[in-house]
Amino acid sequence: MKDFPYSESKDTRSGFGAGLHELGKTNENVVALCADLTGSLKMDAFKKDFPERFFQVGIAEANMMSMAAGMTIGGKIPFTGTFANFSTGRVYDQIRQSIAYSGKNVKICASHAGVTLGEDGATHQILEDLGMMRMLPHMTVINPCDFNQTKAATIAIAAHEGPVYLRFGRPVVPNFTPADQQFEIGKAVMLNEGADVSIFATGHLVWKAILAGKLLADKGIDAEIINIHTIKPLDAAAILQSARKTRCVVSAEEHQMNGGLGDSIAQLLAREEPLPLEMVAVNDSFGESGTPDQLMEKYGLMENDIVAAVERVMARKK
Amino acid sequence: MSQSSSANVQTETSPAQRERSIVELKQIASQVRRDIVRMVHAVNSGHPGGSLGCTDLLVALYFRIMKHNPDFSMEGRDEDLFFLSNGHISPVFYSVLARSGYFPVSELATFRKLNSRLQGHPATEEGLPGVRIASGSLGQGLSVAVGAAQAKKLNKDNRTVYVLMGDGELNEGQVWEAALYAPHRQVDNLIAIVDRNGQQIDGSTKEIMNLGSLRAKFEAFGWRVLETDGNDLEKLIATLEEARQLLGQGQPVMVLMDTQMGAGVDFMMGSHKWHGVAPNDEQLEKALQQLLVEEASDY
Repeated sequence: MKDFPYSESKDTRSGFGAGLHELGKTNENVVALCADLTGSLKMDAFKKDFPERFFQVGIAEANMMSMAAGMTIGGKIPFTGTFANFSTGRVYDQIRQSIAYSGKNVKICASHAGVTLGEDGATHQILEDLGMMRMLPHMTVINPCDFNQTKAATIAIAAHEGPVYLRFGRPVVPNFTPADQQFEIGKAVMLNEGADVSIFATGHLVWKAILAGKLLADKGIDAEIINIHTIKPLDAAAILQSARKTRCVVSAEEHQMNGGLGDSIAQLLAREEPLPLEMVAVNDSFGESGTPDQLMEKYGLMENDIVAAVERVMARKK
Repeated sequence: MSQSSSANVQTETSPAQRERSIVELKQIASQVRRDIVRMVHAVNSGHPGGSLGCTDLLVALYFRIMKHNPDFSMEGRDEDLFFLSNGHISPVFYSVLARSGYFPVSELATFRKLNSRLQGHPATEEGLPGVRIASGSLGQGLSVAVGAAQAKKLNKDNRTVYVLMGDGELNEGQVWEAALYAPHRQVDNLIAIVDRNGQQIDGSTKEIMNLGSLRAKFEAFGWRVLETDGNDLEKLIATLEEARQLLGQGQPVMVLMDTQMGAGVDFMMGSHKWHGVAPNDEQLEKALQQLLVEEASDY
């Protein structure tokens, strides 16, 4: 098992803020819209340095989404910022009609996704957003794993023509991916090559998968670990190549089992290469108040949950 | 108001457009109304009532008021932009676009049919020239127009953005989010128009969801408000000219336009019953007899 050194832990939302600020300097068409959560989304630096391109919309997310769609008509590249819940479920019809169906170049940037939002509880802990966004034709769906990758993804989506959902979160997690990485939309990232099982993880669960890989190595299990930062388009070639080698698969995500990464992989395997799959995800339940760590544990999203899933799936391997 | 200037007030439509007489515009409106009833009759579906009611407005905008280019570009730099928020009145939109030269008039025959660019509600998916956003799910167009207007300001493009909404559509909460936003951000290159026909699907707007005084409501939100007769081309054009004179003064402009649903066809007028019902063969004939054009050029 490879080592993944890191010098500090940071929140992915700060990676977004840093990427957006960078874009402010390099791309004059980038504009930012925020629904009264500038601090939470780490959009202050952009707001301060590019005030004429920052649009405070107040607590009115529906207006924000359709307005962003309108701004693309003048060649702007709008980045909308609010919590993941208010970026998706609250405004699904606006995204569907004004952005996805209309093929508009809007970047929907969503923080505080999943249970790691913590104490605010289930009203704010959306676990269905990847599914909702992935179902929309034309939509690209990205869920990076750490600060550096979120920053790189933020910069990369500005150069991609078309609607994008970019999901990130609040907790600090080890910042282990390279600062100078080239972020390629739709391209899986091989983290650790292995022979016994393929672990496909996204977002905050990528680091958990790395921790699980170490625990598995101690048990003599050689896990292949792949970071699926782009849920749609899914890197089918990379997933199938790994699955065909190891003959069993585990998915890991901070999302409902329905509609997320595991669901995407299940569809792919069922069509192309039926192999045993275990999903580490929230099982048809809302979240609740608690600390992020307590919630990750209660909802079965820790490294030991991945280890248990690997043991189950390996037992099913033919 | 620092960012505004009188440069926003525009008069530079094409000479042909400027000189078009009211008589000519009325002829165009009659032809558009013929298109509308024939389009919805052909597929026995669609929304003739609101389309007929808003015909004069769209004719005024596309044949007199707006500077626009039928050689369509999505961005529409240095052009006036029009957004149809109440997308169900697509027949009038399509007819006016076709007759302004955005696409062949013969294509109106494909309305609502399989593999057509003329979807039941306007869409960009099939690449129909003249349509810049999908609409149909109500309440989104004002926000879209506000966004497009702000992009024009960022681009130092002095042209105007127009958007049409239905009065029933004002039931949607998002309209009021945008209505609050536009004056706050001094989006003063925007003219919004409400088709006040007093009807919605289940009955009159008074009965279903009373809108009260729209003038008082929008003025309280910070808009400049004008009222006009939306089925009198002369008054309508005068009001739209007046609205343009109010641009660039720090406030968005709202035109409350009274119309008759079904205007131009006597048996369709004044009732919500013709909101989404197509005429039968006999009714079509009757309607066409009332919509006379000196030299009809039906598709």
